[in-house]
Amino acid sequence: MQTKRTIFPNRWLPFALLAPQLAITLVFFIWPALQAAKSSFEREDPFGFKTTFIWFDNYAKLLADPMYLNSLWRTLIFSVLVTVIAMSVSLVLAVATNRLLRSGRIYTTLLVWPYAVAPVVAGILWWFMFNPSIGILSYVLGQLGVDWNHRVNQDQAMILVVLAASWKQISYNFLFFVAGLQSVPASLSEAAAIDGAGPFKRFWTIVVPLLSPTTFFLLIVNINYAMFDTFGVIDGTTGGGPAQSTNILVYKVYADGFLGLNIGSSAAQSVLLMLIVIVLTIVQFRFIERRVQY
Amino acid sequence: MVENRPWLNILTHAVLIIGVIVMAFPVYLAVIASTHGPGDFLRGVVPLLPGPHLLDNYGQMLSQGMSTSGAPPLTLMLVNSLIMAVVIAVAKIAISITSAYAIVYFRFPLRTAAFWVIFITLMLPVEVRIIPTFKVVADLGMLNSYAGLTIPLIASATATFLFRQFFLTVPDELMEAARVDGAGPLKFFRDILLPLSRTNMAALFVILFIYGWMQYLWPLLVTTDSKFYTVVMGIKRMAAYADADPQWNLVMAAVVLAMLPPVLVVIFMQRLFVKGLVETEK
Repeated sequence: MQTKRTIFPNRWLPFALLAPQLAITLVFFIWPALQAAKSSFEREDPFGFKTTFIWFDNYAKLLADPMYLNSLWRTLIFSVLVTVIAMSVSLVLAVATNRLLRSGRIYTTLLVWPYAVAPVVAGILWWFMFNPSIGILSYVLGQLGVDWNHRVNQDQAMILVVLAASWKQISYNFLFFVAGLQSVPASLSEAAAIDGAGPFKRFWTIVVPLLSPTTFFLLIVNINYAMFDTFGVIDGTTGGGPAQSTNILVYKVYADGFLGLNIGSSAAQSVLLMLIVIVLTIVQFRFIERRVQY
Repeated sequence: MVENRPWLNILTHAVLIIGVIVMAFPVYLAVIASTHGPGDFLRGVVPLLPGPHLLDNYGQMLSQGMSTSGAPPLTLMLVNSLIMAVVIAVAKIAISITSAYAIVYFRFPLRTAAFWVIFITLMLPVEVRIIPTFKVVADLGMLNSYAGLTIPLIASATATFLFRQFFLTVPDELMEAARVDGAGPLKFFRDILLPLSRTNMAALFVILFIYGWMQYLWPLLVTTDSKFYTVVMGIKRMAAYADADPQWNLVMAAVVLAMLPPVLVVIFMQRLFVKGLVETEK
């Protein structure tokens, strides 16, 4: 690990400087994570008097539970859809913005602010638009002959949460794509233009390859976002329903542990989720640290 | 732009204008809904043009709140959100800058271990270890307090990393010169490093303020006393009631008020916001 060439010789000061962050990290991060790991191996009796150590029973039960597998499947569908929609729309907008010299900044300002909208608020906004009794979009769909009711229709519920989650994430991706596009040297495009390459050909052969580190970074961030930060979107719109159709993993941890009070199972779910995050983070660091510096 | 192609320019603007409309439409509707009286939502479709009740609705929400939902006036919730966002931002910057300083400018036993303990928090968002964290906070008697709302969200490694990266780019000569002049580590930190980090700190403040303001699940768990409700979590409570008793005008007024502060921060601090975002994430 890197340090300065010269350093301050001091015995106690660095510990004093580190103490606040270490204390909070140990108490509110490491300790709870260890507790989650511990209780994932235990079963608590219904009255909370006795806990028994049961090895991997919670995990085995979980992985055999069709509800959990359904939740896993729903999370996969949800994450893929959100990632694809949020990234493709923001790429189109970023490319368009990058073409403009003067008005680009105005469009940027008009497009970035949804970043600051809380996920649950985004959920409520879309829920309001799709509200079966007064929503404007459900009304328009009704005129087109589509009977919209996300309270009973599973696919429609999924569409609703995907739209709300993507809407919020587009502004974030947009900023990173704009930053990535601006670092593509103009001389390359000019040289290709002189060679007779049109704008679309230039985009595919020059911009897309040079943008790949940004794209990969955003891919990981978006998967992370869809899996963990969308709790509010789900809670503000469908609450996991109807019939478990939008009950993604992070919501299920909360619902099983907090509403269902099934501590052992919820802890095992927490641990599995942590493993997923750790894998994602490692992938991110291994690839991004290496490839982003061009 | 390499060459001039009018049709492509028109297409570009068309794409962007459609994009802006799609992004803004949900919020436009919320603003419009918040200017109507309660009766306007009984007819079937939400109105698309503003109504005359703007001041009534916002006034009522700020002073009384939505009585049917048991939520306190929005003023209180906005203040709570503000306290939460500012405390998280300030405290996070304070503890990260000192720990980054320790990691970069000192060599001491267990330095690598400390670094990794902090680093691992990047991988454990509150959402995935929610129940044990809640239990720790409950055991410490911090439910329904500002400490419970903020402290568990303060420790995370992103800010520490940003400062670490930044300190590594500060030339060594600065510190050598300070030592030659007889400055100790604390004096160097206060008089040289802190002023140099001012822009980074401001950028980070913008990002962390928004992060704190947007928190939802955590306040939902640790506050049962309405005195400590934050606006983002309070809204969900109101929305749940609005479906039965259609007071959409009031709910949407609350939505607009909950969005306004962080959105204004993004719009007016755009330069700092972008800097903070791009740097913390990479």
